Amino acid sequence: MTGDLDTDVAVLGAGPAGGNAALGAARAGLRVALVDEQQDAGGQVWRAKGKAIRAAPETPESRAGSQLRALIAASAVDHLADTRLWQIERHGPAWRLGLLQGGEPVQLTARALVVASGAREFVQPVPGWTTPGVLGLAGATALLKRDMVVPGAATIVAGTGPLVFFTAAEIRRLGGHVQAIVTPNTRADWMRALPAMLVRPDLLARGARWMADLALSGVPIHWGHALSRVIGEDRVVGAEVHPLDSDWRPAGPVREIAADSLCLGNGLVPSIEAAQLAGCPIRHDPALGGWVPDADDEGKTPVDGLFVCGDGAGIRGAAAAAYQGSLAGQGVARFLGAQVPGIGPRHLRRYRRAAAFGRAMTALSAPRPGLSSLIDDATVLCRCEGVTSGALRQAIAAGATSANATKSGLRCGMGPCGGAYCQTAVTRQIAVSTGRSEGEVPPPTARPPLRPVPLGGLAGDIAYEDLPIPKPAPL
Amino acid sequence: MIRLIPDQSRRIRRTAEVTFWFDDAQIPAHEGEPVATALLRAGQLRLRDAPTVAEGASAARGLFCCMGACQECAVEVDGAVVEACRLEAVEGLRVRSLGRGA
Ligand SMILES: Cc1cc2nc3c(=O)[nH]c(=O)nc-3n(C[C@H](O)[C@@H](O)[C@H](O)COP(=O)(O)OP(=O)(O)OC[C@H]3O[C@@H](n4cnc5c(N)ncnc54)[C@H](O)[C@@H]3O)c2cc1C
Ligand code: FES
Repeated sequence: MTGDLDTDVAVLGAGPAGGNAALGAARAGLRVALVDEQQDAGGQVWRAKGKAIRAAPETPESRAGSQLRALIAASAVDHLADTRLWQIERHGPAWRLGLLQGGEPVQLTARALVVASGAREFVQPVPGWTTPGVLGLAGATALLKRDMVVPGAATIVAGTGPLVFFTAAEIRRLGGHVQAIVTPNTRADWMRALPAMLVRPDLLARGARWMADLALSGVPIHWGHALSRVIGEDRVVGAEVHPLDSDWRPAGPVREIAADSLCLGNGLVPSIEAAQLAGCPIRHDPALGGWVPDADDEGKTPVDGLFVCGDGAGIRGAAAAAYQGSLAGQGVARFLGAQVPGIGPRHLRRYRRAAAFGRAMTALSAPRPGLSSLIDDATVLCRCEGVTSGALRQAIAAGATSANATKSGLRCGMGPCGGAYCQTAVTRQIAVSTGRSEGEVPPPTARPPLRPVPLGGLAGDIAYEDLPIPKPAPL
Repeated sequence: MIRLIPDQSRRIRRTAEVTFWFDDAQIPAHEGEPVATALLRAGQLRLRDAPTVAEGASAARGLFCCMGACQECAVEVDGAVVEACRLEAVEGLRVRSLGRGA
Protein backbone atom coordinates (compact mmCIF):
# COMPACT_ATOMS: atom_id res chain seq x y z
CA MET A 1 0.00 0.00 0.00
CA THR A 2 1.40 3.42 -0.91
CA GLY A 3 0.11 6.50 0.86
CA ASP A 4 0.68 10.07 -0.28
CA LEU A 5 0.95 13.06 2.02
CA ASP A 6 1.31 16.73 1.24
CA THR A 7 2.47 19.56 3.51
CA ASP A 8 4.06 23.04 3.56
CA VAL A 9 7.05 22.19 5.76
CA ALA A 10 8.60 18.78 6.32
CA VAL A 11 10.89 18.57 9.36
CA LEU A 12 13.27 15.62 9.72
CA GLY A 13 14.05 14.83 13.36
CA ALA A 14 11.91 15.46 16.45
CA GLY A 15 14.76 16.35 18.81
CA PRO A 16 15.26 19.76 20.44
CA ALA A 17 16.10 21.31 17.04
CA GLY A 18 13.45 19.75 14.81
CA GLY A 19 10.78 19.86 17.50
CA ASN A 20 11.19 23.59 17.97
CA ALA A 21 11.46 24.27 14.23
CA ALA A 22 8.18 22.41 13.70
CA LEU A 23 6.43 24.23 16.55
CA GLY A 24 7.58 27.60 15.17
CA ALA A 25 6.48 26.92 11.61
CA ALA A 26 3.10 25.70 12.87
CA ARG A 27 2.66 28.89 14.92
CA ALA A 28 3.25 30.81 11.69
CA GLY A 29 0.14 29.09 10.34
CA LEU A 30 1.95 26.62 8.08
CA ARG A 31 1.11 22.95 7.72
CA VAL A 32 3.97 20.95 9.25
CA ALA A 33 4.87 17.25 9.11
CA LEU A 34 7.48 16.17 11.67
CA VAL A 35 9.22 12.91 10.78
CA ASP A 36 11.15 10.76 13.29
CA GLU A 37 11.93 7.08 13.53
CA GLN A 38 11.47 7.08 17.28
CA GLN A 39 8.10 6.39 18.93
CA ASP A 40 8.17 9.71 20.79
CA ALA A 41 9.63 13.17 20.22
CA GLY A 42 12.68 14.24 22.23
CA GLY A 43 15.58 13.17 20.04
CA GLN A 44 18.74 11.76 21.59
CA VAL A 45 19.02 14.02 24.60
CA TRP A 46 15.36 14.29 25.68
CA ARG A 47 14.51 10.68 24.84
CA ALA A 48 11.20 9.44 26.21
CA LYS A 49 10.89 6.46 28.52
CA GLY A 50 9.98 3.19 26.85
CA LYS A 51 6.64 1.38 27.06
CA ALA A 52 7.85 -0.88 29.86
CA ILE A 53 8.32 2.05 32.29
CA ARG A 54 5.12 3.04 34.10
CA ALA A 55 6.65 5.59 36.48
CA ALA A 56 10.12 6.81 37.37
CA PRO A 57 11.85 9.80 39.00
CA GLU A 58 12.28 12.83 36.75
CA THR A 59 15.60 14.26 35.52
CA PRO A 60 16.31 17.62 33.83
CA GLU A 61 16.34 15.78 30.47
CA SER A 62 13.09 13.91 31.07
CA ARG A 63 11.34 17.14 32.13
CA ALA A 64 12.52 19.01 29.02
CA GLY A 65 11.36 16.07 26.89
CA SER A 66 7.93 15.91 28.51
CA GLN A 67 7.52 19.63 27.90
CA LEU A 68 8.45 19.34 24.21
CA ARG A 69 6.12 16.35 23.74
CA ALA A 70 3.23 18.22 25.40
CA LEU A 71 3.78 21.27 23.18
CA ILE A 72 3.83 19.13 20.03
CA ALA A 73 0.71 17.23 21.10
CA ALA A 74 -1.13 20.52 21.72
CA SER A 75 0.02 22.02 18.40
CA ALA A 76 -1.18 21.58 14.83
CA VAL A 77 2.08 19.75 13.96
CA ASP A 78 1.47 16.40 12.29
CA HIS A 79 4.00 14.17 14.09
CA LEU A 80 4.83 11.11 11.98
CA ALA A 81 6.38 8.86 14.64
CA ASP A 82 8.06 5.51 13.99
CA THR A 83 8.72 6.82 10.48
CA ARG A 84 12.05 6.57 8.71
CA LEU A 85 13.10 8.94 5.95
CA TRP A 86 15.08 6.98 3.37
CA GLN A 87 14.98 9.12 0.23
CA ILE A 88 14.98 12.84 -0.68
CA GLU A 89 14.24 14.02 -4.21
CA ARG A 90 13.48 17.35 -5.80
CA HIS A 91 10.44 17.72 -8.04
CA GLY A 92 10.44 21.24 -9.40
CA PRO A 93 10.37 23.59 -6.42
CA ALA A 94 8.92 20.88 -4.15
CA TRP A 95 10.62 18.18 -2.11
CA ARG A 96 9.51 14.60 -2.47
CA LEU A 97 10.42 12.47 0.53
CA GLY A 98 10.38 8.69 0.68
CA LEU A 99 9.21 7.48 4.09
CA LEU A 100 8.78 4.10 5.69
CA GLN A 101 6.03 4.26 8.26
CA GLY A 102 6.02 1.13 10.39
CA GLY A 103 7.48 -0.69 7.38
CA GLU A 104 4.97 0.73 4.87
CA PRO A 105 6.19 3.07 2.10
CA VAL A 106 4.68 6.57 2.14
CA GLN A 107 5.51 9.57 -0.02
CA LEU A 108 5.52 13.06 1.47
CA THR A 109 5.57 16.18 -0.72
CA ALA A 110 6.64 19.46 0.93
CA ARG A 111 7.28 23.06 -0.14
CA ALA A 112 10.25 23.38 2.23
CA LEU A 113 12.46 20.99 4.16
CA VAL A 114 14.13 21.41 7.56
CA VAL A 115 16.79 18.80 8.31
CA ALA A 116 17.39 18.38 12.05
CA SER A 117 18.92 14.92 11.92
CA GLY A 118 21.19 15.30 14.95
CA ALA A 119 24.48 13.54 15.48
CA ARG A 120 25.88 10.08 15.72
CA GLU A 121 28.71 9.00 17.93
CA PHE A 122 32.25 8.21 16.94
CA VAL A 123 33.51 5.08 18.62
CA GLN A 124 37.27 4.74 18.21
CA PRO A 125 37.79 1.19 16.94
CA VAL A 126 40.11 -0.80 19.22
CA PRO A 127 40.96 -4.51 19.15
CA GLY A 128 37.94 -6.41 20.44
CA TRP A 129 35.39 -3.61 20.19
CA THR A 130 32.91 -5.92 18.45
CA THR A 131 32.73 -8.18 21.53
CA PRO A 132 29.22 -8.50 23.02
CA GLY A 133 29.06 -6.36 26.15
CA VAL A 134 30.67 -3.33 24.47
CA LEU A 135 28.15 -0.53 24.05
CA GLY A 136 28.56 2.82 22.37
CA LEU A 137 28.83 5.50 25.06
CA ALA A 138 26.07 7.66 23.60
CA GLY A 139 24.11 4.52 22.74
CA ALA A 140 24.26 3.49 26.39
CA THR A 141 22.35 6.67 27.26
CA ALA A 142 19.45 5.26 25.24
CA LEU A 143 19.48 2.09 27.33
CA LEU A 144 19.65 4.16 30.51
CA LYS A 145 16.98 6.72 29.59
CA ARG A 146 14.51 4.63 27.59
CA ASP A 147 14.75 1.28 29.37
CA MET A 148 16.25 2.43 32.69
CA VAL A 149 18.52 -0.61 32.62
CA VAL A 150 22.26 -0.59 33.33
CA PRO A 151 24.78 -2.18 30.94
CA GLY A 152 25.94 -4.89 33.36
CA ALA A 153 27.06 -5.65 36.90
CA ALA A 154 30.44 -3.88 36.63
CA THR A 155 30.87 -1.33 33.87
CA ILE A 156 33.90 0.53 32.57
CA VAL A 157 32.85 3.89 31.15
CA ALA A 158 35.46 5.07 28.65
CA GLY A 159 35.76 8.00 26.28
CA THR A 160 35.97 11.73 25.87
CA GLY A 161 34.11 14.83 26.96
CA PRO A 162 31.20 15.24 29.36
CA LEU A 163 29.22 12.22 28.16
CA VAL A 164 31.52 9.87 30.11
CA PHE A 165 30.57 11.52 33.38
CA PHE A 166 26.88 11.81 32.50
CA THR A 167 26.75 8.10 31.63
CA ALA A 168 28.62 7.09 34.79
CA ALA A 169 26.29 9.21 36.93
CA GLU A 170 23.22 7.69 35.27
CA ILE A 171 24.52 4.16 35.83
CA ARG A 172 24.94 5.00 39.51
CA ARG A 173 21.51 6.64 39.72
CA LEU A 174 19.94 3.46 38.34
CA GLY A 175 21.72 1.34 40.93
CA GLY A 176 24.56 0.08 38.75
CA HIS A 177 28.26 -0.21 39.56
CA VAL A 178 30.88 1.82 37.70
CA GLN A 179 34.10 -0.17 37.81
CA ALA A 180 36.26 2.63 36.43
CA ILE A 181 36.18 5.73 34.28
CA VAL A 182 38.80 5.95 31.54
CA THR A 183 39.13 9.25 29.72
CA PRO A 184 41.79 10.63 27.37
CA ASN A 185 41.02 14.12 28.72
CA THR A 186 43.14 15.37 31.60
CA ARG A 187 42.09 17.54 34.54
CA ALA A 188 44.03 20.34 32.82
CA ASP A 189 41.88 19.96 29.68
CA TRP A 190 38.79 20.48 31.83
CA MET A 191 40.34 23.47 33.64
CA ARG A 192 40.94 25.10 30.27
CA ALA A 193 37.26 24.61 29.36
CA LEU A 194 36.10 26.16 32.63
CA PRO A 195 35.83 29.79 31.50
CA ALA A 196 33.54 28.77 28.61
CA MET A 197 31.46 26.70 31.03
CA LEU A 198 30.77 29.61 33.37
CA VAL A 199 27.87 30.73 31.16
CA ARG A 200 25.96 27.63 32.32
CA PRO A 201 26.31 27.58 36.13
CA ASP A 202 23.51 24.98 36.31
CA LEU A 203 25.42 22.47 34.20
CA LEU A 204 28.67 23.30 35.96
CA ALA A 205 27.08 22.57 39.35
CA ARG A 206 25.61 19.32 38.06
CA GLY A 207 29.00 18.24 36.75
CA ALA A 208 30.67 19.14 40.04
CA ARG A 209 28.16 16.95 41.87
CA TRP A 210 28.89 14.01 39.58
CA MET A 211 32.63 14.40 40.20
CA ALA A 212 32.21 14.68 43.97
CA ASP A 213 29.94 11.61 44.01
CA LEU A 214 32.48 9.57 42.07
CA ALA A 215 35.29 10.70 44.38
CA LEU A 216 33.32 9.91 47.55
CA SER A 217 32.30 6.49 46.30
CA GLY A 218 35.85 5.61 45.29
CA VAL A 219 35.26 5.06 41.57
CA PRO A 220 38.73 5.26 39.99
CA ILE A 221 39.06 7.89 37.25
CA HIS A 222 41.94 7.25 34.87
CA TRP A 223 42.58 10.72 33.46
CA GLY A 224 44.74 10.89 30.34
CA HIS A 225 44.11 7.20 29.56
CA ALA A 226 42.41 5.34 26.74
CA LEU A 227 40.78 1.97 26.63
CA SER A 228 43.07 0.21 24.18
CA ARG A 229 41.81 -3.39 23.98
CA VAL A 230 38.71 -5.31 24.94
CA ILE A 231 39.35 -8.66 26.62
CA GLY A 232 36.90 -11.51 26.03
CA GLU A 233 35.86 -13.85 23.22
CA ASP A 234 32.09 -14.08 23.24
CA ARG A 235 31.55 -11.56 26.03
CA VAL A 236 33.50 -8.83 27.75
CA VAL A 237 35.58 -9.90 30.73
CA GLY A 238 37.74 -6.80 30.97
CA ALA A 239 39.81 -4.22 29.16
CA GLU A 240 43.32 -2.91 28.82
CA VAL A 241 43.95 0.76 29.40
CA HIS A 242 46.95 2.81 28.34
CA PRO A 243 48.26 6.17 29.51
CA LEU A 244 48.40 8.68 26.64
CA ASP A 245 50.76 11.45 25.61
CA SER A 246 49.44 14.92 24.78
CA ASP A 247 48.64 13.80 21.20
CA TRP A 248 46.72 10.83 22.70
CA ARG A 249 49.23 8.27 21.50
CA PRO A 250 49.65 5.34 23.92
CA ALA A 251 52.73 5.94 26.09
CA GLY A 252 53.56 3.95 29.17
CA PRO A 253 52.63 0.70 30.85
CA VAL A 254 49.33 -1.01 30.11
CA ARG A 255 46.99 -1.96 32.94
CA GLU A 256 44.12 -4.44 33.00
CA ILE A 257 40.69 -3.83 34.52
CA ALA A 258 38.08 -6.55 34.97
CA ALA A 259 34.49 -5.76 33.96
CA ASP A 260 31.48 -7.47 32.39
CA SER A 261 30.42 -4.49 30.29
CA LEU A 262 31.85 -1.32 28.89
CA CYS A 263 30.71 1.89 27.26
CA LEU A 264 33.03 3.38 24.68
CA GLY A 265 32.70 6.61 22.71
CA ASN A 266 34.83 9.49 21.51
CA GLY A 267 32.65 12.43 20.66
CA LEU A 268 29.91 13.11 18.16
CA VAL A 269 29.84 13.62 14.41
CA PRO A 270 27.05 15.56 12.67
CA SER A 271 24.66 13.31 10.70
CA ILE A 272 24.88 15.10 7.37
CA GLU A 273 23.69 12.44 4.93
CA ALA A 274 20.14 13.82 4.62
CA ALA A 275 21.45 17.35 3.97
CA GLN A 276 23.95 15.93 1.45
CA LEU A 277 21.24 13.98 -0.33
CA ALA A 278 19.19 17.18 -0.53
CA GLY A 279 22.11 18.73 -2.41
CA CYS A 280 23.65 20.85 0.34
CA PRO A 281 27.37 21.64 0.01
CA ILE A 282 29.49 20.57 2.98
CA ARG A 283 32.63 21.96 4.58
CA HIS A 284 35.07 20.69 7.19
CA ASP A 285 35.09 22.38 10.59
CA PRO A 286 36.84 20.39 13.34
CA ALA A 287 35.42 22.76 15.99
CA LEU A 288 31.93 21.59 15.01
CA GLY A 289 32.70 17.87 14.91
CA GLY A 290 33.96 17.44 11.34
CA TRP A 291 32.00 17.76 8.08
CA VAL A 292 29.01 20.09 8.35
CA PRO A 293 26.43 21.38 5.87
CA ASP A 294 26.91 24.96 4.72
CA ALA A 295 24.35 26.95 6.72
CA ASP A 296 23.92 30.21 8.63
CA ASP A 297 22.62 30.77 12.18
CA GLU A 298 19.02 30.48 10.94
CA GLY A 299 19.86 27.20 9.25
CA LYS A 300 19.53 28.67 5.77
CA THR A 301 21.56 26.74 3.17
CA PRO A 302 22.56 27.62 -0.41
CA VAL A 303 19.81 25.23 -1.57
CA ASP A 304 16.44 26.91 -2.06
CA GLY A 305 13.92 25.72 0.52
CA LEU A 306 16.41 23.67 2.53
CA PHE A 307 17.23 24.48 6.15
CA VAL A 308 19.45 22.56 8.58
CA CYS A 309 19.66 23.03 12.35
CA GLY A 310 20.78 21.43 15.58
CA ASP A 311 23.69 19.03 16.01
CA GLY A 312 23.24 17.91 12.40
CA ALA A 313 24.47 21.37 11.39
CA GLY A 314 27.49 21.15 13.74
CA ILE A 315 27.87 19.82 17.28
CA ARG A 316 26.83 22.68 19.57
CA GLY A 317 24.81 20.69 22.10
CA ALA A 318 21.19 20.35 23.14
CA ALA A 319 20.49 23.89 24.38
CA ALA A 320 21.85 25.47 21.21
CA ALA A 321 19.94 22.91 19.12
CA ALA A 322 16.65 24.02 20.69
CA TYR A 323 17.35 27.72 20.02
CA GLN A 324 18.58 27.08 16.51
CA GLY A 325 15.45 25.03 15.86
CA SER A 326 13.33 28.07 16.71
CA LEU A 327 15.51 30.23 14.44
CA ALA A 328 15.16 27.74 11.59
CA GLY A 329 11.39 27.67 12.15
CA GLN A 330 11.45 31.42 11.63
CA GLY A 331 13.71 31.04 8.59
CA VAL A 332 11.52 28.49 6.86
CA ALA A 333 8.36 30.49 7.68
CA ARG A 334 9.86 33.60 6.08
CA PHE A 335 10.89 31.58 3.06
CA LEU A 336 7.22 30.65 2.62
CA GLY A 337 6.06 34.23 3.22
CA ALA A 338 4.91 33.77 6.84
CA GLN A 339 6.12 35.00 10.25
CA VAL A 340 6.61 33.22 13.58
CA PRO A 341 5.38 35.52 16.36
CA GLY A 342 7.86 36.16 19.17
CA ILE A 343 11.14 35.01 17.57
CA GLY A 344 13.69 37.82 17.48
CA PRO A 345 17.23 38.99 18.26
CA ARG A 346 16.92 37.71 21.84
CA HIS A 347 16.73 34.18 20.45
CA LEU A 348 19.81 34.71 18.36
CA ARG A 349 21.77 35.97 21.39
CA ARG A 350 20.69 32.99 23.47
CA TYR A 351 21.59 30.63 20.66
CA ARG A 352 25.10 32.09 20.38
CA ARG A 353 25.67 31.84 24.13
CA ALA A 354 24.52 28.25 24.27
CA ALA A 355 26.59 27.44 21.19
CA ALA A 356 29.75 28.77 22.87
CA PHE A 357 29.23 26.30 25.73
CA GLY A 358 28.50 23.49 23.30
CA ARG A 359 31.61 24.19 21.26
CA ALA A 360 33.77 23.98 24.38
CA MET A 361 32.30 20.51 25.03
CA THR A 362 32.87 19.53 21.40
CA ALA A 363 36.52 20.58 21.71
CA LEU A 364 36.92 18.37 24.80
CA SER A 365 35.23 15.44 23.09
CA ALA A 366 37.03 15.53 19.74
CA PRO A 367 39.60 12.75 19.43
CA ARG A 368 43.20 13.82 18.89
CA PRO A 369 45.19 12.17 16.07
CA GLY A 370 47.20 9.79 18.27
CA LEU A 371 44.10 7.93 19.35
CA SER A 372 43.83 6.18 15.98
CA SER A 373 47.14 4.42 16.67
CA LEU A 374 45.22 2.16 19.06
CA ILE A 375 44.12 0.30 15.94
CA ASP A 376 46.26 -2.67 14.87
CA ASP A 377 46.12 -4.41 11.49
CA ALA A 378 43.67 -7.06 12.75
CA THR A 379 41.24 -4.52 14.20
CA VAL A 380 37.86 -4.55 12.53
CA LEU A 381 36.95 -1.09 11.23
CA CYS A 382 33.75 -1.84 9.33
CA ARG A 383 31.71 -4.03 11.66
CA CYS A 384 29.10 -4.92 9.04
CA GLU A 385 31.46 -6.18 6.36
CA GLY A 386 34.24 -7.35 8.69
CA VAL A 387 36.85 -5.15 7.01
CA THR A 388 40.04 -4.85 9.04
CA SER A 389 42.39 -1.94 9.32
CA GLY A 390 45.07 -4.01 7.57
CA ALA A 391 42.82 -4.68 4.58
CA LEU A 392 41.98 -1.00 4.39
CA ARG A 393 45.66 -0.04 4.53
CA GLN A 394 46.37 -2.38 1.61
CA ALA A 395 43.48 -0.97 -0.41
CA ILE A 396 44.71 2.57 0.23
CA ALA A 397 48.24 1.60 -0.82
CA ALA A 398 46.73 0.14 -4.00
CA GLY A 399 45.15 3.49 -4.82
CA ALA A 400 41.79 3.62 -3.02
CA THR A 401 42.46 7.04 -1.57
CA SER A 402 38.91 8.35 -1.25
CA ALA A 403 35.95 7.28 0.87
CA ASN A 404 33.98 6.49 -2.30
CA ALA A 405 36.79 4.23 -3.52
CA THR A 406 37.09 2.21 -0.30
CA LYS A 407 33.31 1.90 -0.28
CA SER A 408 33.10 0.38 -3.73
CA GLY A 409 36.36 -1.58 -3.42
CA LEU A 410 36.05 -3.07 0.09
CA ARG A 411 32.34 -2.55 0.74
CA CYS A 412 33.37 -0.44 3.77
CA GLY A 413 30.18 1.41 4.65
CA MET A 414 28.00 -0.68 2.29
CA GLY A 415 26.58 -2.83 5.09
CA PRO A 416 23.27 -2.44 6.83
CA CYS A 417 24.47 0.38 9.14
CA GLY A 418 25.14 2.51 6.06
CA GLY A 419 28.63 3.43 7.23
CA ALA A 420 27.41 5.14 10.40
CA TYR A 421 29.96 3.32 12.55
CA CYS A 422 32.99 3.09 10.28
CA GLN A 423 33.00 6.07 8.00
CA THR A 424 34.79 8.49 10.31
CA ALA A 425 37.48 5.94 11.16
CA VAL A 426 37.90 5.05 7.48
CA THR A 427 38.31 8.64 6.27
CA ARG A 428 40.74 9.30 9.15
CA GLN A 429 42.86 6.33 8.13
CA ILE A 430 42.84 7.46 4.49
CA ALA A 431 43.98 10.92 5.62
CA VAL A 432 46.78 9.54 7.81
CA SER A 433 47.98 7.02 5.20
CA THR A 434 48.04 9.57 2.39
CA GLY A 435 49.52 12.39 4.42
CA ARG A 436 46.49 14.65 4.01
CA SER A 437 44.41 16.50 6.56
CA GLU A 438 40.93 15.24 7.44
CA GLY A 439 39.48 18.25 5.67
CA GLU A 440 40.98 16.98 2.43
CA VAL A 441 39.21 13.60 2.60
CA PRO A 442 35.46 14.16 2.24
CA PRO A 443 32.91 11.54 3.31
CA PRO A 444 31.36 9.39 0.59
CA THR A 445 28.54 10.69 -1.56
CA ALA A 446 25.24 10.17 0.26
CA ARG A 447 23.00 7.56 -1.32
CA PRO A 448 19.56 6.25 -0.47
CA PRO A 449 18.44 4.50 1.61
CA LEU A 450 19.41 6.96 4.38
CA ARG A 451 18.25 4.62 7.09
CA PRO A 452 18.39 0.87 7.59
CA VAL A 453 15.21 -0.50 6.10
CA PRO A 454 13.73 -3.88 7.04
CA LEU A 455 16.23 -6.46 5.92
CA GLY A 456 14.79 -8.95 3.49
CA GLY A 457 17.08 -11.91 3.87
CA LEU A 458 20.16 -12.50 5.95
CA ALA A 459 21.68 -9.79 8.09
CA GLY A 460 24.47 -7.99 6.31
CA ASP A 461 23.19 -9.06 2.94
CA ILE A 462 20.53 -6.66 1.71
CA ALA A 463 20.19 -6.03 -1.97
CA TYR A 464 18.74 -2.75 -3.13
CA GLU A 465 16.01 -4.62 -5.06
CA ASP A 466 14.87 -6.30 -1.82
CA LEU A 467 13.92 -3.05 -0.16
CA PRO A 468 10.21 -2.59 0.38
CA ILE A 469 10.19 0.78 -1.36
CA PRO A 470 8.03 2.03 -4.17
CA LYS A 471 9.51 2.02 -7.66
CA PRO A 472 10.14 5.53 -8.97
CA ALA A 473 7.05 6.92 -10.67
CA PRO A 474 7.35 7.30 -14.47
CA LEU A 475 7.81 10.97 -15.32
CA MET B 1 28.96 5.08 51.97
CA ILE B 2 28.06 8.71 51.20
CA ARG B 3 26.26 9.10 47.91
CA LEU B 4 25.61 12.42 46.26
CA ILE B 5 23.78 10.64 43.45
CA PRO B 6 21.05 8.63 45.16
CA ASP B 7 20.22 5.14 43.90
CA GLN B 8 16.72 5.59 42.47
CA SER B 9 16.28 2.08 41.05
CA ARG B 10 13.65 1.17 43.66
CA ARG B 11 11.43 4.04 42.55
CA ILE B 12 11.03 2.78 38.99
CA ARG B 13 7.68 1.10 38.23
CA ARG B 14 7.67 -1.32 35.33
CA THR B 15 5.01 -3.19 33.39
CA ALA B 16 4.05 -6.78 34.20
CA GLU B 17 6.41 -9.62 33.34
CA VAL B 18 6.01 -11.67 30.19
CA THR B 19 8.14 -14.48 28.80
CA PHE B 20 9.51 -14.86 25.29
CA TRP B 21 11.76 -17.39 23.58
CA PHE B 22 15.28 -16.74 22.35
CA ASP B 23 16.17 -19.92 20.46
CA ASP B 24 15.60 -22.54 23.16
CA ALA B 25 15.86 -20.26 26.17
CA GLN B 26 12.91 -18.75 27.99
CA ILE B 27 13.58 -15.08 28.75
CA PRO B 28 11.64 -12.93 31.22
CA ALA B 29 10.85 -9.37 30.12
CA HIS B 30 8.64 -6.49 31.09
CA GLU B 31 5.84 -6.13 28.59
CA GLY B 32 6.91 -3.65 25.89
CA GLU B 33 10.58 -3.74 26.88
CA PRO B 34 12.97 -4.04 23.92
CA VAL B 35 13.87 -7.70 23.44
CA ALA B 36 17.59 -6.81 23.36
CA THR B 37 17.32 -5.12 26.76
CA ALA B 38 15.58 -8.12 28.32
CA LEU B 39 18.26 -10.39 26.84
CA LEU B 40 20.97 -8.16 28.31
CA ARG B 41 19.37 -8.41 31.75
CA ALA B 42 19.19 -12.19 31.34
CA GLY B 43 22.92 -12.29 30.59
CA GLN B 44 22.43 -13.22 26.91
CA LEU B 45 24.87 -10.85 25.27
CA ARG B 46 25.68 -12.85 22.13
CA LEU B 47 22.72 -12.11 19.88
CA ARG B 48 24.12 -13.35 16.59
CA ASP B 49 27.27 -14.34 14.73
CA ALA B 50 28.42 -12.05 11.93
CA PRO B 51 28.51 -13.60 8.45
CA THR B 52 31.81 -11.95 7.53
CA VAL B 53 34.64 -11.79 10.03
CA ALA B 54 38.32 -11.23 9.75
CA GLU B 55 40.56 -14.25 10.24
CA GLY B 56 41.00 -15.18 13.87
CA ALA B 57 38.33 -12.74 15.04
CA SER B 58 35.29 -13.77 17.04
CA ALA B 59 32.02 -13.61 15.11
CA ALA B 60 29.95 -12.99 18.24
CA ARG B 61 27.93 -9.77 18.13
CA GLY B 62 25.51 -8.09 20.49
CA LEU B 63 23.71 -4.90 21.40
CA PHE B 64 25.84 -1.90 20.46
CA CYS B 65 24.04 1.34 19.54
CA CYS B 66 20.80 0.54 21.43
CA MET B 67 18.77 2.64 18.95
CA GLY B 68 18.27 0.97 15.61
CA ALA B 69 21.28 2.35 13.77
CA CYS B 70 24.10 -0.22 13.81
CA GLN B 71 22.11 -3.41 13.04
CA GLU B 72 24.40 -5.48 15.29
CA CYS B 73 21.41 -6.75 17.28
CA ALA B 74 19.62 -8.23 14.24
CA VAL B 75 17.48 -11.27 15.11
CA GLU B 76 14.81 -13.25 13.30
CA VAL B 77 11.09 -13.17 14.06
CA ASP B 78 8.59 -14.96 11.81
CA GLY B 79 11.18 -15.24 9.04
CA ALA B 80 11.95 -11.52 9.01
CA VAL B 81 15.17 -9.91 10.21
CA VAL B 82 14.46 -7.21 12.80
CA GLU B 83 16.41 -5.06 15.27
CA ALA B 84 16.15 -6.59 18.73
CA CYS B 85 16.70 -3.13 20.28
CA ARG B 86 13.49 -1.85 18.61
CA LEU B 87 11.44 -5.03 19.01
CA GLU B 88 8.98 -4.97 21.90
CA ALA B 89 8.64 -8.06 24.07
CA VAL B 90 5.20 -9.66 24.20
CA GLU B 91 4.15 -12.95 25.80
CA GLY B 92 5.24 -16.00 23.86
CA LEU B 93 7.22 -14.12 21.17
CA ARG B 94 9.60 -16.45 19.33
CA VAL B 95 12.96 -14.85 18.57
CA ARG B 96 15.75 -16.70 16.77
CA SER B 97 19.42 -15.83 16.63
CA LEU B 98 21.12 -15.36 13.26
CA GLY B 99 24.26 -17.03 11.99
CA ARG B 100 24.83 -19.27 14.98
CA GLY B 101 24.15 -22.36 12.94
CA ALA B 102 21.58 -23.71 15.39
C1 LIG C 1 23.16 8.40 20.84
C2 LIG C 1 23.30 9.80 21.34
C3 LIG C 1 23.05 10.09 22.69
C4 LIG C 1 23.17 11.38 23.18
N1 LIG C 1 22.93 11.62 24.50
C5 LIG C 1 23.07 12.90 24.98
C6 LIG C 1 22.85 13.18 26.36
O1 LIG C 1 22.52 12.29 27.12
N2 LIG C 1 23.02 14.46 26.80
C7 LIG C 1 23.38 15.46 25.94
O2 LIG C 1 23.51 16.62 26.40
N3 LIG C 1 23.59 15.22 24.64
C8 LIG C 1 23.45 13.96 24.15
N4 LIG C 1 23.68 13.72 22.81
C9 LIG C 1 24.04 14.83 21.94
C10 LIG C 1 22.85 15.26 21.09
O3 LIG C 1 23.34 15.41 19.79
C11 LIG C 1 22.17 16.52 21.68
O4 LIG C 1 23.01 17.62 21.56
C12 LIG C 1 20.80 16.81 21.08
O5 LIG C 1 20.00 15.66 21.13
C13 LIG C 1 20.85 17.38 19.66
O6 LIG C 1 19.54 17.73 19.28
P1 LIG C 1 19.07 17.68 17.76
O7 LIG C 1 17.63 18.08 17.78
O8 LIG C 1 20.00 18.45 16.92
O9 LIG C 1 19.21 16.16 17.31
P2 LIG C 1 18.66 14.82 17.96
O10 LIG C 1 18.22 14.99 19.33
O11 LIG C 1 19.69 13.79 17.67
O12 LIG C 1 17.37 14.50 17.07
C14 LIG C 1 17.45 14.03 15.76
C15 LIG C 1 16.31 13.10 15.50
O13 LIG C 1 16.27 12.80 14.12
C16 LIG C 1 15.84 11.49 13.95
N5 LIG C 1 16.31 11.06 12.63
C17 LIG C 1 17.52 11.32 12.06
N6 LIG C 1 17.57 10.82 10.82
C18 LIG C 1 16.38 10.23 10.60
C19 LIG C 1 15.82 9.54 9.47
N7 LIG C 1 16.50 9.36 8.32
N8 LIG C 1 14.55 9.08 9.58
C20 LIG C 1 13.84 9.28 10.72
N9 LIG C 1 14.32 9.91 11.80
C21 LIG C 1 15.58 10.39 11.74
C22 LIG C 1 16.41 10.74 15.11
O14 LIG C 1 15.61 9.63 15.45
C23 LIG C 1 16.41 11.79 16.23
O15 LIG C 1 15.31 11.64 17.09
C24 LIG C 1 23.58 12.42 22.30
C25 LIG C 1 23.85 12.13 20.96
C26 LIG C 1 23.72 10.83 20.47
C27 LIG C 1 24.04 10.54 19.03
S1 FES D 1 21.90 -2.26 18.81
FE1 FES D 1 22.27 -1.09 17.04
S2 FES D 1 20.53 -1.54 15.83
FE2 FES D 1 20.08 -2.50 17.67
